[in-house]
Amino acid sequence: MEFTPVEWEALQLSLKVSFWSVVCSLPLGIAAAWVLARLEFPGKGILNGIIPLPLVLPPVVTGYLLLLTLGTKGPVGAWLHDTFGIVLAFRWTGAVVAAAVMGFPLMVRAIRLSLESVDWRLESAAATLGANRFFVFVTITLPLIVPGLIAGTILSFAKGLGEFGATITFVSNIPGETRTLPIAIYSFLQVPGSEGAATRLTVIAVTVSMLALVASEILARRAARKLHGANA
Amino acid sequence: MLEVDVERRLGDFHLAATFRSEGGLTVLFGRSGAGKSSIINMIGGLLRPDRGRIAIDGRVLFDSDARINLLPAKRRIGYVFQEGRLFPHMSVRQNLLYGQWFTPHGERYARFDALVEMLGIGELLQRRPATLSGGEKQRVAIGRALLSSPRLLLMDEPLASLDSKRKEEILPYIERLRDEIGVPVVYVSHALSEVVRLATTMVLLTDGTVVAAGPIGEVMARTDLFPAGSSFEGGAVLSAEVVSHDKDFALTTLRTAAGTIYVPQVDLPAGRSVRVHVHARDVMLSLRPPEGFSALNTLPGTITEIGPPEGAGVQVRLDCHGDVLLARLTRRSLDGLGLAVGRPVYAVIKSVALDRRDLGSSSPAAAARLEHHDM
Repeated sequence: MEFTPVEWEALQLSLKVSFWSVVCSLPLGIAAAWVLARLEFPGKGILNGIIPLPLVLPPVVTGYLLLLTLGTKGPVGAWLHDTFGIVLAFRWTGAVVAAAVMGFPLMVRAIRLSLESVDWRLESAAATLGANRFFVFVTITLPLIVPGLIAGTILSFAKGLGEFGATITFVSNIPGETRTLPIAIYSFLQVPGSEGAATRLTVIAVTVSMLALVASEILARRAARKLHGANA
Repeated sequence: MLEVDVERRLGDFHLAATFRSEGGLTVLFGRSGAGKSSIINMIGGLLRPDRGRIAIDGRVLFDSDARINLLPAKRRIGYVFQEGRLFPHMSVRQNLLYGQWFTPHGERYARFDALVEMLGIGELLQRRPATLSGGEKQRVAIGRALLSSPRLLLMDEPLASLDSKRKEEILPYIERLRDEIGVPVVYVSHALSEVVRLATTMVLLTDGTVVAAGPIGEVMARTDLFPAGSSFEGGAVLSAEVVSHDKDFALTTLRTAAGTIYVPQVDLPAGRSVRVHVHARDVMLSLRPPEGFSALNTLPGTITEIGPPEGAGVQVRLDCHGDVLLARLTRRSLDGLGLAVGRPVYAVIKSVALDRRDLGSSSPAAAARLEHHDM
């Protein structure tokens, strides 16, 4: 099957948005997971409640909140525009933010579970060998949570590919700019006689999602083998 | 020199330990829960004392008054854990080299090739920790700790999780470590046979306090530390030298200051220094040289001390030409024979009491001491 320019555009945009949402949220996700897994501080309960919020809120509400804060008239959005000239609303970068926010709780959860299963005794062993906290994290903790990083990344990426409600509310439906795969499917369904085009896009979406899952499975197995497996 | 003076409350348990060690291998000995592991965790910086001071060769690692508390990474102390704690995502070689990476060039005294050869782990370098046996893991863990060129090596019951065959496999390496590398070691154990075989200095802990500390021979020769019915079998530790083997009777002749001792044949070359642990319950006393008696070993000596009464029994300390022996008798025998301090007697030792397990090897002065920088 050959892609039409419209399909190709939507697919490329979806992959681009999901990719950048994962790249941008991964460092933050690791930091948040580490804070939740390792630190005790007042207000931890609040943070624990805020991070999963996008999972339970209606996506439209999340999108509207993003528009209120990050829109050109919103407090953060206005500041971003005045200081850096960055505009997020109605741009593909805004779609990246929406996808990142929606995928963040899934990513943090996967990394946090992985961090909590790391044997702290290995970290103290590294400390007695002369490694400071930073090196302990980079050489011991990080390699040991690679399976969790892979799981979190793939989950967040898949969530980004499927994200609809928050995206359409925050950055609308602009062909070539913010019309991702799900939004393109929705648009075709609004036009009588375009069911065939919508079905083709649906097949593409299913295929891409399955490929992502297969890739994650392969990567996770390879990582597990490296951690617990036989010889180097 | 290691100086330790620490206090720490852990729940209901109060730990207050003070001791010094002049190098060699110092064993912290006591039953589980006596506070041994807590003490070495404090030395290693993994547990913070409530109060106290820890210093190695005058370099202060912890001092509550001066508010000094070096991070573990800054202490330059190697730590061999009971469970090995090898990094599962690295090969044996990467594990070994991990600590070396963080050691300043001028302070590296451990040499990779020499250590790998000494520990017999050359074949394992490409393997992953998950594929190693328990004994191999502990040898790699010892190598990893030593390759960070530590000023002090801590070993927390490194043999406890191994079966007796594996223990025998590791013990010679620990002896070589003590004798050839010359790095001071603090070794936690609750097995008296390991103490007798390995210790230069012995620190005896009970319920969080130091009950006795000093050279192994002196501590083991005290009459008050291992009463009858205690879980540890007390008795003097003698230094001996293998003289010859008698193949016909399958005996080995040992020379000690106290005199000649025969033991069931052991597989050690003549001239080799060994330690002999003579259990107090296996020593009987006689006023005259015994005749028509099946025991092989009779050593003349003089009573120097009679310990406190323990039920029906009592421990008696003898001086045998400079060596110390302990004997456990009934108080009735003591009375019946009219034994008193200064009385010359003959100590009768059942030769079977000196089994292979109680024969630790101990090389004379540490040979080939590696270069050791101090700051």
